[in-house]
Amino acid sequence: MTQQSDTAGHLLDIRGLATHFATEAGIIKAVDDVSLYLDEGETLGLVGESGCGKSVTALSIMRLVQSPPGQIVSGEVWFQGQDLLALSESGMRQVRGRDIGMIFQEPMTSLNPVLTIGRQLTETLELHLRMSRSAAAARAGELLEMVGIPDAGERLSDHPHQMSGGQRQRVMIAIALSCNPKLLIADEPTTALDVTIQAQVLELLKSLASDLGTALLIITHNLGVVARYADRVNVMYSGKIRESASALDLYAKPRHPYTVGLLKSVPRLDQESEDRLQPIEGEIPDGTSLPSGCAFRNRCRWAVERCAEESPPMFDVEEGHQSCCWEWERVHSAPEVSEAPAS
Amino acid sequence: MTEMTQDSLTAPTGRTNPEGRTSPDGVILEVRDLSVHFPITRGFLFQRQVGAVKAVDGVSFTVNRGETLGLVGESGSGKTTIGRAIMHLAETTGGEILFEGSDLTKLPRKEIRAARQRMGIIFQDPYGSLNPRMTAGNIVGEPLIVHKLTDTKAEYRSRVEELLITVGLNPSMTNRFPHEFSGGQRQRLGIARALAARPAFIVCDEPVSALDVSIQAQVINLLQDLQAEMGVAYLFIAHDLSIVRHISERVAVMYLGKIVEIATREEIYANPKHPYTQALLSAVPVPDPVIERQRERIVLRGDIPSPLNPPSGCVFSTRCPIATEECSVAMPEFTEFPGDHQVACFKATA
Repeated sequence: MTQQSDTAGHLLDIRGLATHFATEAGIIKAVDDVSLYLDEGETLGLVGESGCGKSVTALSIMRLVQSPPGQIVSGEVWFQGQDLLALSESGMRQVRGRDIGMIFQEPMTSLNPVLTIGRQLTETLELHLRMSRSAAAARAGELLEMVGIPDAGERLSDHPHQMSGGQRQRVMIAIALSCNPKLLIADEPTTALDVTIQAQVLELLKSLASDLGTALLIITHNLGVVARYADRVNVMYSGKIRESASALDLYAKPRHPYTVGLLKSVPRLDQESEDRLQPIEGEIPDGTSLPSGCAFRNRCRWAVERCAEESPPMFDVEEGHQSCCWEWERVHSAPEVSEAPAS
Repeated sequence: MTEMTQDSLTAPTGRTNPEGRTSPDGVILEVRDLSVHFPITRGFLFQRQVGAVKAVDGVSFTVNRGETLGLVGESGSGKTTIGRAIMHLAETTGGEILFEGSDLTKLPRKEIRAARQRMGIIFQDPYGSLNPRMTAGNIVGEPLIVHKLTDTKAEYRSRVEELLITVGLNPSMTNRFPHEFSGGQRQRLGIARALAARPAFIVCDEPVSALDVSIQAQVINLLQDLQAEMGVAYLFIAHDLSIVRHISERVAVMYLGKIVEIATREEIYANPKHPYTQALLSAVPVPDPVIERQRERIVLRGDIPSPLNPPSGCVFSTRCPIATEECSVAMPEFTEFPGDHQVACFKATA
């Protein structure tokens, strides 16, 4: 456990966050004791597969978890010296959009279809920066130009449906950055886009964030995206952070079996792949019926008896590198004789 | 399993060919100058055609027995429409689809059904492509009934069980409904259904893109094992270039209804010649920070044009970093390069 005792130095410091959902089948611990931090101007990748809790973590930071069925049951989210979870709703509204911007996966559904692009931009500017209508309108044009929309001035009167998916995501970026936030949370920002458009949008996002000094929390399932853009990476599985390291360390010497499995299961564009891929066997467990102890143990080839009995804490592998695994010292990504695959 | 491998899947060419013609050696599917245009109509009572979406426009390629041809492209490129046209799920506007020597676009209905028995299709969406009211067993067994492939109930049941085992599902799941399966298991059901009639060729339309990374590899391995055992050929339609590289022997790249480059896997990844292929390859991030941060990216300008209103000349000319005037005049023909490599670009050089 290397959580800092004070938030000094960290822009965002999440400690012991837990968000639960009440369903008919039982309580789902979507986020289960998550701690992570983000420094100013830094880019953190939060990686995991569907249902691992990465999006709920982001929604919890913004306090946008729908309740019921969801509820933030414990934890602290320190941001610029205040605990967001302790803020009043009106105080939180000041933070959203002004201090923390957010971009969602679906640019189609996260823009308001009946408002013009211009209005959606000026709304934020008028509300948070108290700009006059005319000043906001002028700024909106600049923002659209900044995100690379051609003929920006004329496009302000367009509605979202008149734009392509890539352009809509650019508009989302413009809105999210309009108040010059300290932190931008991008939840699968390019998953719905085509490969060449993905590249455009990500390069734009990264260059704007570094120009403006905005810290970036990129939530994605794409290991390639993280490799290119993130300084540090947190890997999530079944509601918990399983491994945390610098991007270089995580890819070069992963120390959690799930990270190793993820890296091995994807074919690479730059290499002649082996005859067979090495998948992680088994299925992602259902949130209502997690195995005892470590939730990954059923799919883990390093699992020992202890894994079924006790949930592992975060172990320090080295400075800035933690693994949530009892057997982390044995875990490595070097190729070895693979066990017979269960079919 | 053994029964399947010994079966007619590796039968000589032309087994179901009604005209008795034999197809050229090794080629199971040949698509010649295929076009699929969707009409755009105006008016309510008196509809008149005012234009056409050229979803697929003059596409030619071949698939050999037992091989995998990867078909890559972004949304709207027409790759899915090609798969649907081959399976007779979309009407063709022009061209020929020669399957085991006979032209599917000209065959009478009855014979198409016989040919269809030799083909299968796996869809992208493991949720939408299975009837939620049918049990797993009935979904997998339906082709057996449609094509009258089993004589007795016992034979039907054992064949369904065998198919479930083949795709790595427990035969005890046969009475369950699709919603009781995970996404990966549902895709396995879809594969079992495609295999039921013992096809020699399967269209795989984005078979893993809806699945999680750790599950994708399981399904890819299954598809490769099945191919090794049964010699089935795949047309593997996908937008993920890393997976296509892993599974394909040859790769065709589509853009706006046309194939712009086609070559062996080695050629296309080591030596891409079309500027679109080059941009596409450079846009895919590699999961290795050391390499990835040094890679140059060719970031294309703008969006993919609407197929309603494609650019004049070369379809890629509006976004091409090296386009000149001649590119907006005519669509370039294929130029041949060594290594079974064809490129539709005026600027392509050896």
